[in-house]
Amino acid sequence: MFKDITLGQYYPGDSVLHRLDPRTKLIGTLAFIISVFIFHTFPGYAVATVFLAAVIWLSRIPPRLIFKGLKAIMLLLIITVMFNIFLTPGEIVWSWRFLKVSREGLSLSGRMAIRLTYLVTGSSIMTLTTTPNQLTNAMESLLRPLNRINVPVHEIAMMMSIALRFIPILMEETDKIMKAQTARGADFESGGIIKKVRNMIPLLVPLFISAFRRANDLAMAMEARCYHGGGGRTQMKPLRYAMIDYAAFVILTVYLAIGAVFRIVGI
Amino acid sequence: MGIIKALGLVFDYLKYDEEGNVEDTQRAIDDVSLDIEEGDFIAILGHNGSGKSTLAKHMNALLLPTEGTMWVEGIDTSKEEKLWRIRQKAGMVFQNPDNQIIASVVEEDVGFGPENMGIPTEKIWKRVDDSLKAVGMLSYRNHSPNRLSGGQKQRVAIAGVMAMRPKCIVLDEPTAMLDPIGRREVLDAVHELNREAGVTVILITHYMEEAIEADKVFVMDNGKVVMQGSPREVFSQVETLKSYRLDVPQVTELAYELSQAGVKLPQGILTIEELEEALCR
Ligand SMILES: Nc1ncnc2c1ncn2[C@@H]1O[C@H](COP(=O)(O)OP(=O)(O)OP(=O)(O)O)[C@@H](O)[C@H]1O
Ligand SMILES: [Mg+2]
Repeated sequence: MFKDITLGQYYPGDSVLHRLDPRTKLIGTLAFIISVFIFHTFPGYAVATVFLAAVIWLSRIPPRLIFKGLKAIMLLLIITVMFNIFLTPGEIVWSWRFLKVSREGLSLSGRMAIRLTYLVTGSSIMTLTTTPNQLTNAMESLLRPLNRINVPVHEIAMMMSIALRFIPILMEETDKIMKAQTARGADFESGGIIKKVRNMIPLLVPLFISAFRRANDLAMAMEARCYHGGGGRTQMKPLRYAMIDYAAFVILTVYLAIGAVFRIVGI
Repeated sequence: MGIIKALGLVFDYLKYDEEGNVEDTQRAIDDVSLDIEEGDFIAILGHNGSGKSTLAKHMNALLLPTEGTMWVEGIDTSKEEKLWRIRQKAGMVFQNPDNQIIASVVEEDVGFGPENMGIPTEKIWKRVDDSLKAVGMLSYRNHSPNRLSGGQKQRVAIAGVMAMRPKCIVLDEPTAMLDPIGRREVLDAVHELNREAGVTVILITHYMEEAIEADKVFVMDNGKVVMQGSPREVFSQVETLKSYRLDVPQVTELAYELSQAGVKLPQGILTIEELEEALCR
């Protein structure tokens, strides 16, 4: 049942976006998120919308999938909008008993809604077009300067990629143990929350024991294959910027420049 | 001196109490001496807890001897500055295929060893291609290891070791968790590496049938090497093997029972064909 779980939500494909270097996509997403905060007027948002629409079109991903990510934040979105509408003081345009809606509140909540939606959509496009491993590699490569202040960047990235490999295995194992314990009369379904948590013990104990054994075995296997940390290591698939990445950076710069100009001119 | 040589090897596991003082020692290897020739296919047999895995871990410097010395290709394994060279020369494959595959894509896992050794990128690709081809897994290079069968995973693990271009590979019960088909696949791959690439193979196993195909068999009991010789020499001593709580291959067992019952048969029959021929004579 857990076998088909996909981490992140990679959508395999061969679009321009899929072929971009993961670092480009990571930087691009960050830049886009910053841009929706720079833009604060409706002409500005129009530019962001065009940019986002173009990216979605380039990614060749069914828009249905992209907007699925929005469902998860629907509640957060509604609460944010409500708070902003009703609690922002200013020129009252509508009131009913203690509820007051101000012009400022409307425009602020509209902006918040757009920002949140674009932020989530933008990052979904990144995770849909990039495998978790590529993302890990990109992060390792971009954060490498932090090595100088003794942040163990390589080790963190290695931990992340091992976690990615073992999560499906442990999920499957959980499933197996659950079935085995159910066959022995364990009950994971009924009872209140406290009873349910207590019932988890026969599941968690074997799971932890197995996870520690796996960790021990894996450490030994890695050592046997000459692993000794990040120093002196080469890469089988080093990240390399190609022409499309430089092109992407140019487009990104132009886009951010428009945002800056709009902001200065005050459109 | 052969590729792997041990002289008076002793190893104690230490047990610690809460304060970190040594509370107890458990002797896992007790005065073992052996000499393995380059290019040989060696099988190591022994009952549970006889010290096989502990011995194997010495061949890769994962453990260092308490007493005595272990040499790999003439290098003393306790020389710390030679550690990575030793681990590259003597690769190791473990029992559980899931717990030794590191990457989420087959080819990246095979490249892991060469990456650690600092091999340049283009050469890593060549090594990955060669080793995947050698174990017949080239067409699976872009697959996720989670979707492979046990035998396929174990062949990927072997390819991962081969990509380091070792002289010798130590396999600690690589087939214990596999079904008969998977076992056959893995054994065939290992035999092929031994024949074609001339890699020295040290195979630890619980299956007597796997030991028949070896050049030489070592039997361990209670931390000691108690028997060694060709499979025929070892398996002809049915009584001695039983005293070490080991079985003999089924055919050998049958021939032994028959000769006990008065049928005239030579000792140390290993295959069905041999038995057939001896009976028809
Ligand atoms: N990490 C450890 N700490 C303490 N004692 C250990 C440890 N590993 C093994 N031993 C002990 O050392 C002895 C030899 O163990 P070893 O694992 O080498 O046997 P083995 O022949 O590989 O057995 P098996 O066939 O079960 O794999 C056993 O008595 C075992 O209990
Ligand atoms: Mg063992």
